[in-house]
Amino acid sequence: MLKLEIVTPTGQVYAQDVDMVTLPGTEGEMGILPQHAPLITTIGSGEIVARRGLSEDRILVTGGCAEVTAERVAIIAVFATDESAIDENNAEEARKRAEARLQEKLSPEETALVQAALTHSLNQIKIKRRGR
Amino acid sequence: MASTRDIRRRIKSVKGTAQITKAMQMVASSKMRKAQQAAINGRPFAALSREITVHAAADATDFSHPLLEEREVRKRALIVVSTDKGLCGALNSNLLREAVKYDTAHTRFIAVGKKAAQFLARTRRDLAAEFTYRDTPTFSECQAIANCAKEMFVSGEVDQVDVLYTRFINTLSQRPDIHTVLPLGDPADKVAEHAKAHPEAAPARDYIFEPSVGGVLEQLLTYELSFQVAQLLFEAKASEHSARMVAMKNATENAQQLIKALTLEYNKVRQASITKELLEIATAQMALG
Repeated sequence: MLKLEIVTPTGQVYAQDVDMVTLPGTEGEMGILPQHAPLITTIGSGEIVARRGLSEDRILVTGGCAEVTAERVAIIAVFATDESAIDENNAEEARKRAEARLQEKLSPEETALVQAALTHSLNQIKIKRRGR
Repeated sequence: MASTRDIRRRIKSVKGTAQITKAMQMVASSKMRKAQQAAINGRPFAALSREITVHAAADATDFSHPLLEEREVRKRALIVVSTDKGLCGALNSNLLREAVKYDTAHTRFIAVGKKAAQFLARTRRDLAAEFTYRDTPTFSECQAIANCAKEMFVSGEVDQVDVLYTRFINTLSQRPDIHTVLPLGDPADKVAEHAKAHPEAAPARDYIFEPSVGGVLEQLLTYELSFQVAQLLFEAKASEHSARMVAMKNATENAQQLIKALTLEYNKVRQASITKELLEIATAQMALG
């Protein structure tokens, strides 16, 4: 059993015991099983897939770090949304907001942040549409 | 002497003011709770981020990073966290009084909030950047501020970054306070501190770092910095709203006192005019009879 924890600055998003975790590392996807060697990695944007028995939980993350030890996977992420909690309208609105912001004059670091928000909302929309 | 109509009009207008200040007081108190809640919500993230940083730093012993480098302080940056709006008592003037104490020649200022920006521009300080933040600051806003500070620090433009903000002591008192965010300090100290606090949890050894030790720690330290900024902003917001709450409460009380005084005045004038009229009627009757 692996203990999976996902925490964002606005609170804890996920805490469950799972059988296997797939992480979107910046260097590519990685599957984590119990008794994995200790690992610390940065995370890009994508889905974390947590397998519990036959069911799967998918959590969308954008940007973060993960620490893997033999019995635990701890993830801190800037954005994270549980897939079942994705609201397409909200995501669509966030996308529009981010796109509007990009039209404005922004400093480079602000642009990077808005880009991250945009990626996160686009991913949300993509996942929601794929499910249909 | 003012006529009854004038007094009535004034009572009405003061009542309107009292209603507005009362409403602002309620809004401020709910916003204060929100800011406090946001600060509390961030704690698990801070704890976990620190834990991972400590584990990583404990493993990578021969590690140095520009963000940790302590240099002799020749020039410093000061991030001044003020409010956007007034009507919050002496909060901003207390804060800006501290800002004035910094030597202008060796300090660059970063303004957060409109009041600080206006003040620094008016007093012709070296204003490097200007940020705004919302009632409940988001992590992205804090990242933008942190990135700006980080760039100035890493490029060697400044040797230390301080944040001047209003510390939340309790609902009734807030005090300007200074917190140094950069350099972040030696991770070895933190490792020792953490080991003392959690003696049972010896960190695993020989971590694999992906993509590299430097890359991972860079990101972790950036989070740490952004998070410190975020916590300070939350605290400044909570202070702002509690100061506003108290200021508005006083304003409402003053207005109510004024209404009382005006009502008394009104009744006096009204009675005086009734007495006068009675007197006139009596005199007229006496003259006739």
